Amino acid sequence: MANNNSYEPQTLGEKRAFVNVRLVDPESGLDVLGSLLIFDGKIMDLGPRLFADGLPSDITTIDGGGHCLCPGLIDMRAFVGEPGAEHKETLSTASAAAAIGGITTLIATPDTDPTIDDVALVELLERSAQDTARVNVHPMAAITKGLRGVEMTEMGLLASAGAVAFTDGNVTISDALVMRRALAYASTFDLLIDHLPQENSLSAEGCTNEGEVATRLGLTGIPSVAESIVLDRDLRLTELTGSRLHASHLTTEMSISAVRNAKARDVRVTCSVTPHHFTLNETAIGEYRTFAKTWPPLRSESDRCALIDGLSDGTVDVISSGHTPQDQESKRLPFAQAATGISGLETMLPLALDLYHKGKLSLHTLLQKMTSTPARLLNLKSGRLISGAPADLILIDIDSPWLIDPDQFLSKSKNSPFEKHPVQGRVLQTLVAGQPVYDRTLQPT
Amino acid sequence: MASKTTDTAPNQHLLTIEGLSVSNITKLLDLADSYATHNRDIGTKQSLLSGCTQINLFFESSTRTRTSFELAGKRLGADTINMSVEGSAIKKGETLIDTAMTLNAMQPDVLVVRHPESGAAALLAQKVDCSVINAGDGTHAHPTQALLDALTIRRRKGQLQGLVVAICGDILNSRVARSNIQLLTTMGAQVRVIAPPTLLPASVDRLGVELHHDMRLGLNNCDIVMMLRLQTERMHGTFVPSVREYYHFYGLDYDKLSSAKSDALIMHPGPMNRGVEIDTAVADDIDRSLIREQVEMGVAVRMACLDLLTRESRTQDGKQ
Repeated sequence: MANNNSYEPQTLGEKRAFVNVRLVDPESGLDVLGSLLIFDGKIMDLGPRLFADGLPSDITTIDGGGHCLCPGLIDMRAFVGEPGAEHKETLSTASAAAAIGGITTLIATPDTDPTIDDVALVELLERSAQDTARVNVHPMAAITKGLRGVEMTEMGLLASAGAVAFTDGNVTISDALVMRRALAYASTFDLLIDHLPQENSLSAEGCTNEGEVATRLGLTGIPSVAESIVLDRDLRLTELTGSRLHASHLTTEMSISAVRNAKARDVRVTCSVTPHHFTLNETAIGEYRTFAKTWPPLRSESDRCALIDGLSDGTVDVISSGHTPQDQESKRLPFAQAATGISGLETMLPLALDLYHKGKLSLHTLLQKMTSTPARLLNLKSGRLISGAPADLILIDIDSPWLIDPDQFLSKSKNSPFEKHPVQGRVLQTLVAGQPVYDRTLQPT
Repeated sequence: MASKTTDTAPNQHLLTIEGLSVSNITKLLDLADSYATHNRDIGTKQSLLSGCTQINLFFESSTRTRTSFELAGKRLGADTINMSVEGSAIKKGETLIDTAMTLNAMQPDVLVVRHPESGAAALLAQKVDCSVINAGDGTHAHPTQALLDALTIRRRKGQLQGLVVAICGDILNSRVARSNIQLLTTMGAQVRVIAPPTLLPASVDRLGVELHHDMRLGLNNCDIVMMLRLQTERMHGTFVPSVREYYHFYGLDYDKLSSAKSDALIMHPGPMNRGVEIDTAVADDIDRSLIREQVEMGVAVRMACLDLLTRESRTQDGKQ
């Protein structure tokens, strides 16, 4: 049996296998101790009796120590810095952070400089990612040119070039006619429109949740209805046009209820929440902690609980990091002037696993929201533990307790409100197309 | 002059295709067909409408339709007068109905009207004693275009019934599409519309057509490909993202045309945007393109319309 404790790329013909692992496929419910064989970058076979007749001699094997082997995570919404904000993040640093966080596919938002609203820029980002990223990176392209909310982008050509979905990032399309036409046009090719609902005229001056905390701190608040007004509009327009809408980063009880009702009417809507919105509430800003300033803002405790209810009853389909790296200078400012966002790639999985440890969601349901569901929405082949799927895999010790330390982040930006936050569950190994991109243990047999 | 109260009132005007029966349409097309043959073979001017006055009242710029009506009237011996918005009382603030009353007082026999608002021709028809022919009102109807398209197809394919006709492009803003859908479905053709959802009017499937967003699927096995003009102001991100994207997915080129039947014919009401909705080589393909023939048939169809609509008034005038 060959030993392999380096990151040397294996030749295509070489086989690699995990043995003694808990095979967890979130979609099918598979949960069994067994082995998994990788060949040519894909999962070739898996199961409890895979090597029942003994191990072939030409295989590199990794003893998983009984830990969970599941599909690598797909993060549907991350800001990767390139092009234009390389001082905050690059494809190289974002993908290194992703690998540690168990994310094997990053979906990059187009709110860069320049905006990803042109075929050439989609191709540029894909090429850069191939050259410098350790994990898969797929771009989303803008819905409107320059994120100006006026003219549609060339969605058909952009999709052909590789854009997996369309979004204006954290910018909300305020004009209902533009939104209607964008949804209708996207439905030509059955493309997914990702939209973060927020009524700009109500939220523009605000910096935190409207309520007691904001009042005590003397900060201008953003009311919950700022989200509802646009979400309700989007849901009606989606129903009218028969298109596919993904409402991103919902934060309020009202929003969850609106999506729940829309789904009952068979509107083609899905939605996502971030770990920080279901882990923290508005009090996390404490005495003006700008690391807890997010977009949309952290909401009330009852909103936070409603997000978890939505996750557990299936109203919320996806957990995405909302990774928004910010350099120190943009956070070391008075609260209202500070930039929003959290560096979230390295904490998405452990924060999400908290829901499993607290008994709110089963492991499979939880993982679906970061693997098979985003894969289905984006038409990706990954996110499954089945033969033929890409060998994008993570080995997780789901019980191991640790304290989050942003200083250890591989992301270029350390803006996290989770310093010393206790979590349980840690990625041991991350593989992309069968190649190890992160290994905490390096313990091949 | 014909009175609005006569039994022939339904045939006094040609405002829309809607409501015309198979026999109405067939009769019109048969007559137009004979005019087409006459124009080709003999070409002499006739005196059928001698003494009749035809006013072409155009509130919207037009070259081919106005010329076609003018020529049709002249070939039948009518006195034709063109009135365009430029330099008319309309520019001075006169309402549509006042204009109609003024013209009515001059006792014309036929009023040919084009107007940017849907329903304008019908409104005029209520106020005047003469026959009104709708030469295009807003996004509502363009009946003579549909008739000339039908005549062109019938002369090439023998009949309309059973043919598969695909209408592609800006259906939302097209009166040509609406009139063609009504005429072709009435005559038993199978009509498909092909466009992105942003260029389709709501509930268009209720008009008895098959909807397609994918042009290759929509063209599959069809006999006639009818392209529509996409106005440039709709091409920059509002209805469609760009000319480049539109041409890529909805521009008729030989590649997409290969999905249609091998003898499928191409039509366009004009004016064309080459390189936007249609490839130049396809538009000029003498074996496939009927675009020039459509213009020729336009004159014949309009002669037939003028002839039929003035029959009553000519008879009455003769009696007087």
